[in-house]
Amino acid sequence: MPEPSLPQPQEPERAIAGTGTGAGMDLAAAEAATVGSGETGRPAGRPRSLWSDAWHDLRRNPVFVLSALVICFLVVIALWPSLIAPGNPLHCDLARAQDGPSPGHPFGYDGQGCDVYTRTVHGARASVTVGVCATAGVAVLGSVLGGLAGYVGGFWDALLSRITDVFFAVPVVLGGLVLLSVVTSSTVWPVVGFLVLLGWPQISRIARGAVVTAKQHDYVQAARALGASGPRILLRHIAPNAVAPVIVVATIALGTFIALEATLSYLGVGLKPPSVSWGIQISAASPYVRNAPHALLWPAGALAVTVLAFIMLGDAVRDALDPKLR
Amino acid sequence: MGRYVVRRLLQMIPVFAGATALLFVMVNVMGDPVAGLCGERACDTATAAQLKREFGLDQPLWRQYATYMGNVFTGDFGTAFNGRPVIELMASAFPVTVRLTLVAVVFEIVVGVTLGVVTGLRRGRPVDTAVLLATLVVISVPTFVTGLLLQLLLGVRWGWIRPSVPPQATFDQLILPGLVLASVSLAYVTRLTRTSLAENRRADYVRTAVAKGLPRRRVVVRHLLRNSLIPVVTFIGTDVGALMGGAIVTERIFNIHGVGYQLYQGILRQNTQTVVGFVTVLVLVFLIANLLVDLLYAVLDPRIRYA
Repeated sequence: MPEPSLPQPQEPERAIAGTGTGAGMDLAAAEAATVGSGETGRPAGRPRSLWSDAWHDLRRNPVFVLSALVICFLVVIALWPSLIAPGNPLHCDLARAQDGPSPGHPFGYDGQGCDVYTRTVHGARASVTVGVCATAGVAVLGSVLGGLAGYVGGFWDALLSRITDVFFAVPVVLGGLVLLSVVTSSTVWPVVGFLVLLGWPQISRIARGAVVTAKQHDYVQAARALGASGPRILLRHIAPNAVAPVIVVATIALGTFIALEATLSYLGVGLKPPSVSWGIQISAASPYVRNAPHALLWPAGALAVTVLAFIMLGDAVRDALDPKLR
Repeated sequence: MGRYVVRRLLQMIPVFAGATALLFVMVNVMGDPVAGLCGERACDTATAAQLKREFGLDQPLWRQYATYMGNVFTGDFGTAFNGRPVIELMASAFPVTVRLTLVAVVFEIVVGVTLGVVTGLRRGRPVDTAVLLATLVVISVPTFVTGLLLQLLLGVRWGWIRPSVPPQATFDQLILPGLVLASVSLAYVTRLTRTSLAENRRADYVRTAVAKGLPRRRVVVRHLLRNSLIPVVTFIGTDVGALMGGAIVTERIFNIHGVGYQLYQGILRQNTQTVVGFVTVLVLVFLIANLLVDLLYAVLDPRIRYA
C-alpha cells in the first residue's frame, strides 16, 4: 500500500477514505443481511466487512467444508505422495499387465503392468501444480491488465478489449494442440504457460468490469476530489471492491484448468509420459478399456473428484461473496 | 438495425485478422512447416531450402500471412500433405462436424432449457437439488472421461449402439457423440436457465401478468421464459464455436472423421495448410455465431433497439 501521495490535507483525506471504503463494505454487508440468512445475533453497531461476513457464511456451509477437506487432502498427497503410496510410480512389471486388484495393490495394474494405485496417488501432484500455478498466473496477469485498462479507459481500454476478443475467438483445445504439439519438455511448465496465455482474457474482462463499476462510486469521486493519487485510488479504494469477482472466477477456473490439463494430456500434447498424470494414465488405459477398465476408472474418478471439489469450492465462495445471487 | 449490422461486421474484421494471425504465427513459428514433407526422416538442408523457396516460406511471416489470406478469399486453401486440396478435405469434414454440433445444440436447448425451467420453478425442492447436483457432477467430469465411459457402457458392455461411428456419420449415429459433446454445456445451460428464471420470477411484469389473470402456463412461456432466455441464447451462441473446436476430443473417442479428426491428423503430420485452413474457418464460424447472438437479442427483448 502506498502512503498518501503528498501535501494536501492528509487527515481529511484519510478520514474520507476510511468512511468511503467502509461505506462500500457496509452496503455489501447490509445486502447480505437482508438477502441472505446473515442474521446471527451479532453485536449491534459492529458491522462486519464483506470478507468476514463471507467467512462467517462459508464456515457454516457443508459444501465448502467438504470440498475444502478434499482439497487439503489433495494438496497433502501432492506434496508428499509417499505418505500413502510408498511405491515407485515408474516401477512396472509387464508380467502383471492388466491384472486385477491384489493384496497391496488395491487398484490393480495397467496395460504396462504399473501399479494403478501408486500412479493415481502420484498423479495428484501434476494436476494440483498445473491448476494452482496456472490460476495464480492468470489471476495476476488478468487482473493487472484488466484493472489498469478499466481504470485508465480510453484507447488502452479499447485496445485490451479487442485483444481479449481475439483470444476468445481461439478455441482452447485447438490452440493447445497447435502450440504444445512441438514442445518436447516433459515438465508441467509449457502446459502452465499455455493455460495462462489463453486464460488471462477471461479474468481481465471480469476485472475490467469490476473496476469500471467501482470507479463510478461516490467514495472514489470523493477521494479524487481530495487529490488522492492515481495508484492510491486504484489500490486503496477500487481494488478492495473489485477483487471479489476475480477471486470467484479464479477459483472456478482452477477446476477447469485441471480438467484441461488432463484433456491435453489425453490428446498427447499435455504432459509427456515419463511424468505421471491422470490424463496420461487415462489416455494409456483407453485402448485396453475392454479388458482392464479399472486402469481407466481410478484415475478418471480421482480427476473427477478433484475438479468437482474445486468447482464446488468456487460455487460456495461465489455465494458467500455475492449475496445478490442467492 | 442495418447500420448496427454493418458496424458489427466492420468490428469483426480486426478480430478475425488478429485471431487468424495469432494462430498463423503459432503454427509457423512453433513448428517447421516443411518437416512433415520428408516422411519420418528429417529433410536434408538443400531439399528443405528448395521446398521453402517453392512454397514461399523464405518470405517474411507477414508476407506469408497476407498471401495466404489473399488466397483464402479466392477460395484457395492450399494443398494437404497427400496432394488433395484442403478445400476438398473441408467439404468432407465440415458436414460431419456440423451435424455433430447440431445434435449437441439440440440436446442443449431441449434437455438443458427444460431441466432449467423445471428446477427454476421449483427452487429448493428435491428435484431442484437433485438436478443441481447432477449438473455439478457433469461439469466436473471432463468430456473425454464421460465419452470413454459411455462408450464402454453403452457401446461395448450393453451393445446398445456402435462404439465407433462409420464414415457417413448420419444423425442417428451421432446421437451419443452429440450428447457427450453437449454434456458440459448442457449442465451450464440448465444452471443458467434456472438462475435467470428464478431472478425474473419476482419481476414486476410477471406479477402484472399473473394479476391480469393469465393462465400460469402462458405467464411462464410467454412472459417469464422469453426474458429469461436472453443469457441462455448468448451462452448457446458463443458455445457453437466452442463445440466445433471441442469436437476434437469427441471425434477422437468415437472415431468420427470430421473437422477435429482432420485437424488432429494435420497437427500430427505437421501439415500447416490443413491446420491453418480449418482454424481460419472455425474462427469465422465463431465470430458469425456471436454476431447472430447479438442480433437475436433484439428479437427476444423488445426493450433492446439497435439504432
